[in-house]
Amino acid sequence: MSATAAAVHSLWTTRALADTAATPAIPTPHIEYAQLSPVLIVFGAAVLGVLIEAFAPRAARYAGQLAVSVVGLAAAFAALVALAADGYAQGRSHVAAMGAVAVDGPALFLQGTIVLIALVATFTFAERRLDPVAHGNRVDSFAAQGSAVPGGEQEQKAVRAGFTTTEVFPLLLFAVAGMMIFPAADDLLTLFVSLEVFSLPLYLLCALARRRRLMSQEASVKYFLLGAFSSAILLFGIALLYGYAGTVSYGGIADVVDGTAKLTPALANTTGNDALLLIGGAMVVMGLLFKVAAVPFHMWTPDVYQGAPTPVTGFMAAAVKVAAFGALLRLLYVVLPGMRWDWRPVMWGVAIVTMVVGAIIAVTQTDVKRLLAYSSIAHAGFLLTGVIAVSPSGVSSVLFYLVAYSFVTLGGFAVVTLVRDAGGEATHLSKWAGLGRRSPLLAAVFAVFLLSFAGIPLTAGFSGKFAVFKAAAQGGAVPLVVVGVISSAIAAFFYIRVIVMMFFQEPQPQGPTVAIPSPLTSTAIALGVAVTLVLGVAPQYFLDLAGKAGVFVR
Amino acid sequence: MSFPLLTVTAVVPAAGAVVTAAVPAARRTAAKWTALAFALATLVLAAVVTARFSPGGARYQLTESHAWITAFGVRYELGVDGIAVVLVLLTAVLVPFVMLAGWHDADPLETSDRRWRPTQGFFALILLVEAMVVIAFESTDVFLFYVFFEAMLIPMYFLIGGFGDQAGAHGEDEQARQRSYAAVKFLLYNLVGGLVMLAAVIGLYAVTAHQLGAGTFSLPQILHDRANGTLTLSTTAERWIFLGFFFAFAVKAPLWPLHTWLPNAMGESTAPVAVLITAVVDKVGTFAMLRYCLQLFPAASKWATPVILVLAVIGIIYGALLAVGQRDIKRLIAYASISHFGFIILGIFAMTSQGQSGATLYMVNHGVSTAALLLVAGFLISRRGSRRIADFGGVQKVAPLLAGTFLVGGLATLSLPGLGPFVSEFLVLVGTFTRYPALGVIATLGIVLAALYVLVLYQRTMTGPVKAGIEGMKDLKVRELVVVAPLIALLLFLGVYPKPVTDVINPAVKDTLSDVHRTDPPPKVTVPAVAAAKENAK
Repeated sequence: MSATAAAVHSLWTTRALADTAATPAIPTPHIEYAQLSPVLIVFGAAVLGVLIEAFAPRAARYAGQLAVSVVGLAAAFAALVALAADGYAQGRSHVAAMGAVAVDGPALFLQGTIVLIALVATFTFAERRLDPVAHGNRVDSFAAQGSAVPGGEQEQKAVRAGFTTTEVFPLLLFAVAGMMIFPAADDLLTLFVSLEVFSLPLYLLCALARRRRLMSQEASVKYFLLGAFSSAILLFGIALLYGYAGTVSYGGIADVVDGTAKLTPALANTTGNDALLLIGGAMVVMGLLFKVAAVPFHMWTPDVYQGAPTPVTGFMAAAVKVAAFGALLRLLYVVLPGMRWDWRPVMWGVAIVTMVVGAIIAVTQTDVKRLLAYSSIAHAGFLLTGVIAVSPSGVSSVLFYLVAYSFVTLGGFAVVTLVRDAGGEATHLSKWAGLGRRSPLLAAVFAVFLLSFAGIPLTAGFSGKFAVFKAAAQGGAVPLVVVGVISSAIAAFFYIRVIVMMFFQEPQPQGPTVAIPSPLTSTAIALGVAVTLVLGVAPQYFLDLAGKAGVFVR
Repeated sequence: MSFPLLTVTAVVPAAGAVVTAAVPAARRTAAKWTALAFALATLVLAAVVTARFSPGGARYQLTESHAWITAFGVRYELGVDGIAVVLVLLTAVLVPFVMLAGWHDADPLETSDRRWRPTQGFFALILLVEAMVVIAFESTDVFLFYVFFEAMLIPMYFLIGGFGDQAGAHGEDEQARQRSYAAVKFLLYNLVGGLVMLAAVIGLYAVTAHQLGAGTFSLPQILHDRANGTLTLSTTAERWIFLGFFFAFAVKAPLWPLHTWLPNAMGESTAPVAVLITAVVDKVGTFAMLRYCLQLFPAASKWATPVILVLAVIGIIYGALLAVGQRDIKRLIAYASISHFGFIILGIFAMTSQGQSGATLYMVNHGVSTAALLLVAGFLISRRGSRRIADFGGVQKVAPLLAGTFLVGGLATLSLPGLGPFVSEFLVLVGTFTRYPALGVIATLGIVLAALYVLVLYQRTMTGPVKAGIEGMKDLKVRELVVVAPLIALLLFLGVYPKPVTDVINPAVKDTLSDVHRTDPPPKVTVPAVAAAKENAK
């Protein structure tokens, strides 16, 4: 093939040479399919899911979708492990697909985390034993028919016919594929495209709750509008950064920042203009901070978390945070390390405000899902303290924290799906009173999750918190650690409050019942407990893993 | 590899907690006996630890050391010095009595709900607290200590909030509200203290990582590196980290003005749980001051000494004064404890050998005497269904044994010569007086006040005409006597012959003092006659 290329080439050698200076030839894309295989597998599974949705009979869809999702995600994870075993996580780190996607330690680690989260989330998505049987059909947490008007005739028909929205599985897979590229994106356009790829399915998923559909749709619209807004800001920032560096590749921008790049003459007027860099960088970072739900870009979080179907909330809370923190880390550590004296003070401020506001506002919450939403905001603040460290231990601590946080979160939201009354999930905290007496096991499990969120020793949350605070302290951010510790204390108050409610208050006469889950949700919860205890008592293996994965490729 | 005796001492109660919790709901009595068996096994192990410990030997004995979380420089390091040995033994001795005294405290009122298993939970939690306290005493790694120092709050919190005293002055709902308030207050105070300490722990790591290349939490290694100059803390860093540590321990101990959680927690919890709080868990605070504050941060300890001593003396007087004014038996004992913790902290920070030996001995004596007094008070309260002093009177006429044991416990609390606490209080005061005469004198007032609150309490509840509701009061049962008699015997023994304990403590205290570079001040007063006699003898 190269012989033909050379032969063709030789026909117009002179002209081409003359042209090369002015307009460089567009090279044939060289795609390393093997290195991208995890993402491709997930995309393939998603497409297969769409085909099932189009061609399989309605009755067969649920089983088919579940099988495709689980197999696809498991295969993707296997591919990730194979890549890591091949040394791509360390020595052979590589930027694949023409400089668009990095294959390195952090990317593989985060992708593995996201795939596992998605696998667990698939289980919670597929749970069909919680809602009472409707017209002889087992139903899940999703609307019978997304397009039907809430409360309308069509909806009633759909419910009676036993429809379920099995589209959620391919939607989940598309989102996962986007999330896998997001932290691995090595140029700004890939970053933007992957952001949209994972955001759009999420907007849809948020709108699909079976109960309280109006609230769910409102959440979706809110999420969509604010998300679109933040995407626009991100895109604007990308444009400005392109104006600054003349390239969208991370390495290229970093070279311009460092002053080692050869400048393109055509862009000489704007290249290296610090105003473009600062404003553009700030806008891109803002776009990412929106996704991690850092204050002051957190407004959407409580409403969306509350309105979305709880399995989706759990998935979103865990996976989006992982993906977005991965992207943020890569952006700050690969593109802007030379600017750290500019962005660090700002991020200090954001981290402090995020920790304090998240913790304080959570104190006043009366709804479990909103409470967990504010708790996730506070956790974003703790994670930011690790990001600010700008050191390999900062990266590894954030990676570790993300694992610890995400599985506990998934488990926590899975518990929320079990506590139900006539109106669906009983998310108001007052209804949780006396749960410890009604079903001690469930309450104890939720208490374990809450203690982990609060960072009590011997839980995963403590190990994670210690890791990020340690990294921050070693990076000289001792005041940040002190603020972190104080907000942990505030946060502890509201976690404890829930435990008080569950164990020390008398059960209400018309209290909620606890649904007996199928093995699907039980697995999600058990995994959450296992991760909490293992990472709390013997975190060494995972810390090592995160430590080995701590270097970005440029 | 030698037998991991210290690990086993902590693992046995932990395993006991698991086994007890797993006993089926209906087999309540089996659960109790299981728990007691594990507690007794722990006591045997603690006795073996004590027997294997040789007072003149190495500083930390029976050591174990394994890598745990290498990424944080954390090792699983255990080792006991004389102070730790004594406190491990104290814990192991007290827990079986706590269980026996609380034998019926967690029997469910209604047995309809088969999933609700308070009895199993109660005894499992007690064993869990014991395991965590033991490992906190045994660890020589700061991180390991911190983990259990914090983690023990959770089972303790459930013990306070879940198993309250049925004998409050208010209705059932108000009672539950008060109890949950007390539990939350306990947890938040201690959690905040612990989190402040966490910042200091991270600071310590950052300093050691910066100077030694790899961060470490190992107490022996840090002491070693500080002694040979590899590791030097700047004055500012040492003071901040010291304050972080001390704050947590002062909340736990508790030191005035961080004490306010204690009366709530002790008042609302059952008497055995109150014993667990004040006689076992709180000792970790004072123990940690000796082990971590003084040894890791000698200069900062000296710098902070004046303030701490003043706070301790305020605590002594304040606790005693408030005890005098209490109308609630358990809250009275709680304030008395605050006063006594003042003595312990005074002894620790006077930095004399008598003071610190006395303080350590006081931890033991206070544990035993408070346990005796509180448990008897608990028996009294459960009989009357009230903890208000005004509801009692003339008990000694109907229940002489109960009144008698209560009196002995009370006399121990007021440090009557011949009973354990006297020796320790005397040592603390002597130790303080040699360096800080004024503080010693003020602290002595605490003893006078102690006599007042104990004797007034006895007079109001036990003497005088028999009040309504007291007439039919039954005297101590066999189970209760089994609890009280050994404790009183122990008080007598410690009062008459404390040497076995002080022999174990003293070398450790000497080591600690040499870490702080302090020696006892020379006697200022020379008695002419004695000096002359010495001259003649030569």
